[in-house]
Amino acid sequence: MTTLPPPLAMLMELTHRCPLKCPYCSNPLGLDRARDELDTATWQRVISEAAGIGILQAHFSGGEPMVRQDLPDLIRHARTEGLYTNLITSAVLLDQRRMTALAEAGLDHVQISFQGAEPDMADRIAGLDRAHEKKLAAARLVREAGLALTINAVVHRQNLDQLPAMLDLAIATGAQRIEVAHVQYYGWALKNRAALIPTRTQLDEATRIVEDARRRLAGQLVIDYVVPDYYASRPKACMGGWARQFFNITPSGKMLPCHAAETLDLPFERITERSVGAIWADSPGFRAYRGTGWMAPPCRGCARAEIDWGGCRCQALALTGNAAATDPACGLSPDHAMMADLAGAESAAASDNFAYRMIS
Amino acid sequence: MNLTPASIPRLARHVRFRFDTARNCHVLLAPERVVMPDPIAVAILEACDGTTDITTIADRLAARYRAPIEAVLADCLEMLDDLATKGMIAS
Repeated sequence: MTTLPPPLAMLMELTHRCPLKCPYCSNPLGLDRARDELDTATWQRVISEAAGIGILQAHFSGGEPMVRQDLPDLIRHARTEGLYTNLITSAVLLDQRRMTALAEAGLDHVQISFQGAEPDMADRIAGLDRAHEKKLAAARLVREAGLALTINAVVHRQNLDQLPAMLDLAIATGAQRIEVAHVQYYGWALKNRAALIPTRTQLDEATRIVEDARRRLAGQLVIDYVVPDYYASRPKACMGGWARQFFNITPSGKMLPCHAAETLDLPFERITERSVGAIWADSPGFRAYRGTGWMAPPCRGCARAEIDWGGCRCQALALTGNAAATDPACGLSPDHAMMADLAGAESAAASDNFAYRMIS
Repeated sequence: MNLTPASIPRLARHVRFRFDTARNCHVLLAPERVVMPDPIAVAILEACDGTTDITTIADRLAARYRAPIEAVLADCLEMLDDLATKGMIAS
């Protein structure tokens, strides 16, 4: 057994509360309630323990992390621990007063999600009137405060025709970076997959637009591109490999190897019961799919086993019923054709109706 | 290539460069990026003080490491231009 390298990043889901209702929300279907959220002192302890085991980046996310009034205190604490701080936000609650407080706390980077390039599309997907207008105003505040800005453009069948305009929007806001992220089909997005999944033609066109923009905007705008697995021939190295680089803390304190991992039947532990370092090192949920020992063929012995780490466990479970199966995004998976057929059929025939994310 | 020998490079405002005790190496931290520069890159980055041009940085490093100036200048330009394309170095 080789020594376990230190994790790179921690994602803190400070809350599941959010004014938006995006139908592809990455939160689980069973959302934590406000009364179950960790308090400020516990989050500060988590941040210190995570820094102690070597994380370099602290991502403040949700839900909408800005509904937590203690956000500046948590960011200040992370900076004191030497961490790079990243706020992942819808930005609809970001006004001048709160921007100033976040900048004074030492926030490094703000990542604002956009649901489209113009209000009709964006507000309909977000399920919130005037959301788009508020986001544009917030993006200006971020740049005026001198912080780094990423535009997170979440794309799917219904808004892909606005991709060129979303790239223009990123330039207009003065962002250094845009993440063109095709929806990943877990949780709410899996529930709404038929309404969101792009056609193969749409995906190819999006890829062409991104590659062209990368050439045109080199040195001006960094473009990260996340493709949907359903048309892939190789799986993504989900989270850089299970429990290798990353972990997630839910609002109520469950520590997970990825934000979708609660769909798996594994005994995940709470940071209120054990330390971050102890859970990272030897929790059964973290050890379950770490490394390559758990793999069966075709992953076992594959030359790419330590490149893609078998792909995504949640996707394997959702589509094959077996969390230890090869991710069907892989061309070597016996279920690969089923996955592509599913995407082709749903994208061509399904209705655009979706269910908004909400606390049931 | 966007940078020239006359460019004055500095870390972009949102980038942090520090020593990491957990990994016993220097790290460059930027949005969704962690870069672990090799010892030559560390020496170049430590010389980027926001007032010194690349020619002068290369001169100093060539003298310190007793290396040919042309090769050091080429290394400096290539490394800094790569980081500039990634948005980590401004000039």
